[in-house]
Amino acid sequence: MQLDTAHYDGLMVVSVLEDRMDAAIALDFKDAMRDLTSDAPARVVLDMATVRFLDSSGLGAVIGAMKQLGHQRRLELAGLNPSVEKVFRLTRMDSIFTIHANIDAALGGVATIDAAPRGQAHAY
Amino acid sequence: MRTELAARCIEITEERGRGNTIELRLEFPCTQANVRRALASIMSGLGAMDLSEDDSSTVELVLAEVLNNVTEHAYRDAGLGLIRLHLKQTDDGLSCRVIDNGDAMPRNTPPRGYPPNPNGPLETYPEGGFGWFLIRKLTSDLAYLRDADRNILSFRIQIGQTVQTN
Repeated sequence: MQLDTAHYDGLMVVSVLEDRMDAAIALDFKDAMRDLTSDAPARVVLDMATVRFLDSSGLGAVIGAMKQLGHQRRLELAGLNPSVEKVFRLTRMDSIFTIHANIDAALGGVATIDAAPRGQAHAY
Repeated sequence: MRTELAARCIEITEERGRGNTIELRLEFPCTQANVRRALASIMSGLGAMDLSEDDSSTVELVLAEVLNNVTEHAYRDAGLGLIRLHLKQTDDGLSCRVIDNGDAMPRNTPPRGYPPNPNGPLETYPEGGFGWFLIRKLTSDLAYLRDADRNILSFRIQIGQTVQTN
């Protein structure tokens, strides 16, 4: 699976560059998130704008990724497509996340470390 | 019309029933990759139903949950065994039947699918158990039958209705 990371002041963005977050990639996603966020800052924003399908396994993996971050850091979500948002809403798991309309809203007021944030692609 | 898909292991038959309704039959060996392919075939095969984006995502989600359950639980992720799926357009939705030869459901009963609990501390947030909750939430007339060595699950996905959150 393809994930992309960018670092800002006190915030890290992980973009999911996958069309589907389903049973086929749920475990890989959770493992990848453990690696990528091991030294993450206080806020980790998961940009899901590319994801157009999420099933219960994908949902479980996103929640697992949040639990891995522990109490000192938190996972926020951005760019949920309607079909993805519906799964969070029906299961009421939308209530445990801060959800931003898009990545720009999540980044509002955050200073970039560099003029252009360091972006890095990761393949798992 | 009978189409042999690129995957070759998935057979899909499209029929037009009375009143030009859509009917799809699929048969495929259950692997996670095949479930993905089958869903793509189904969503494309249902194209003529002109589903709204909301209905379309509901159909894809319910079928994904059901097919993943068969793959993971009935067939224990062994990648062996066939899934047969029959979908039929009705006046107010999509009538579905899924047949497999895997393990029976525990106590011969489909799980209740209790609502997930978002309260409590971080450590207690659920990471699973959403599947049956979603299936039951988004379907009606769900029935399960263990017939000799077959599981037969049937349900209806309502179309054109807004599902309310609890």
